[in-house]
Amino acid sequence: MLRYTVSRLISAVPTLALVLVLAFSLVHAAPGGPFDTERALPPETEARLNEAYGLDQPFWVQFGNYVGGLLRGDFGPSYRYPQSTVGELIADAFPVSATLGLLALVVGAGLGIAIGIVAALRQNSVLDHVLMSVSMTGISVPGFVIAPLAVLLFAVTLRWLPASGLQTPAHYVLPVFALALPMLAYVARLMRASLVETLKSQFIRTARSQGLSSRTLVFRYAMKPALIPVVSYLGPAIAAVLTGSVVIEQIFNIPGIGRLFIQGALNRDYTLVMGLVVLYSSLLIVMNLIVDLLYGVLDPRVRY
Amino acid sequence: MASGAAPNAPRHSLTRHALGAMARDKLFAACCVVLGVIVLGVIVGPWLSPHSYYAINLEFAQQPPQFSGQHWFGTDDLGRDLFVRAMQGGRISLMVGLVATIVSLVFGVVWGATAGYLGGRIDHLMMRVVDIFYAIPFMFFVILLMVLFGRNIILIFVAIGAVNWLDMARIVRGQTLALRGREFVQAAEVIGASRPRIIFRHIVPNLLGIVVVYATLTVPQVILIESFLSFLGLGVQEPMTSWGALVQQGTQVMSTAPWVLLFPATLLAVSLVCLNFIGDGLRDALDPKDRHR
Repeated sequence: MLRYTVSRLISAVPTLALVLVLAFSLVHAAPGGPFDTERALPPETEARLNEAYGLDQPFWVQFGNYVGGLLRGDFGPSYRYPQSTVGELIADAFPVSATLGLLALVVGAGLGIAIGIVAALRQNSVLDHVLMSVSMTGISVPGFVIAPLAVLLFAVTLRWLPASGLQTPAHYVLPVFALALPMLAYVARLMRASLVETLKSQFIRTARSQGLSSRTLVFRYAMKPALIPVVSYLGPAIAAVLTGSVVIEQIFNIPGIGRLFIQGALNRDYTLVMGLVVLYSSLLIVMNLIVDLLYGVLDPRVRY
Repeated sequence: MASGAAPNAPRHSLTRHALGAMARDKLFAACCVVLGVIVLGVIVGPWLSPHSYYAINLEFAQQPPQFSGQHWFGTDDLGRDLFVRAMQGGRISLMVGLVATIVSLVFGVVWGATAGYLGGRIDHLMMRVVDIFYAIPFMFFVILLMVLFGRNIILIFVAIGAVNWLDMARIVRGQTLALRGREFVQAAEVIGASRPRIIFRHIVPNLLGIVVVYATLTVPQVILIESFLSFLGLGVQEPMTSWGALVQQGTQVMSTAPWVLLFPATLLAVSLVCLNFIGDGLRDALDPKDRHR
């Protein structure tokens, strides 16, 4: 297992390198620079700024400097917020997004798995059809439609919950709901389908023939292998939800990673954008690795 | 579903199975009707109204909807008729969905069928490319593309198509692998048909069922990406509009004029739900894997 982990981490290096090169060339090929302002700067000032930040160097030198910094754990200076480094900006925003994301994960995955089990055990009942139709709706309707509608209903009309910000626990309800809903719906459908399939397999029939109760059957034997598709969906989903949702953070005015990314891109803040791409890609690679390692835990037939 | 088809029905008739499954699925039929009405409304709607989607009339700003009056869906904060704007926005959203799906479909089918048919080292290489692309955080790149290189609609098509061809390529390759050992392909090889001819005349037509199913499921995904970009202000630009852009405007004024949010949000949500249900129903009806349930 250790050998497998190490070889997977090594094979992630070219992927990460490709992502870096792509993102770096993209931001550099774009028209406009980080020091473009409403009023054009005097050419000498701009030249001096470019020199100070190393932007007068050839592309590959800049890239080399950037990667060298990354390897030392230095994300570089932010071009738009000269008083703080990219590392500091991310350190401020990440906990905000991650807290929301973890809450959404607990709600979404927990409820989703529970609903999936109920639907699978009552397969083709009215309850099953209702739950699955509702979850299909949850998958189809995007967060940026759900969230404003929820704000309109619960914050503007009923005035039960605040509409934006994160000051009190009540402020968390709507954004967590909006983040969790699509995950909940997706997990419920995956869980149902895979549990229905697992319950048809030979080892379950054997266990049933030995007179085990339904509860033991589902929770001791069928659950683990049935969780595999859910886990493989949740891996990348966790990476996404921890780094925040661009739209949800925009709608609820939350100072997280998603908003930082949009601002960075709009401001041509090269290093900030690059830093966030690196953060997300590394998270994605790690999550996918964890998923693959979990397969072995969930299904003893899986070997590395 | 255990005793799905009548006992005297031919067991492997795809058509019969498909029709039966669809008829059982009333939801499927209902979704087709609803989606049909929306598509019709979107096409015909702007011609039925005396208003244009871009005419600003500040005197009539934020008028509530009057179904017997001038503005059926009310007006937005610039006094533009919301009905015509919602229909015009729908044209853009649905058209982007259709065109970008076709782009990703063509690319994915060609890539997948070629890899699957040629096999060996070329297949390995081509699928490795797909794997690497999968590992790239595409949403970030699409947003970057839109921010950095202006916001034009062609770029939306390219960006979305680039994201969506990967799934199609994988599915098509898998199917092609299963097809290429079959007798009709061998027969074509024996006659001396060229490789492109075998791929496009013999293999691709046999993939159509599965391609149609996944294309139906791709359309709502694409509409979602487009409205997501437009919601962030990176998609279509004023005065042109799409459902995502309209939802965004609606969120700005929802405390004073909730209808500006409600109409486009409902249209977008209902269309997406219907498309997903239709794709799901088609998959149940056509996917050979489920035929013996």
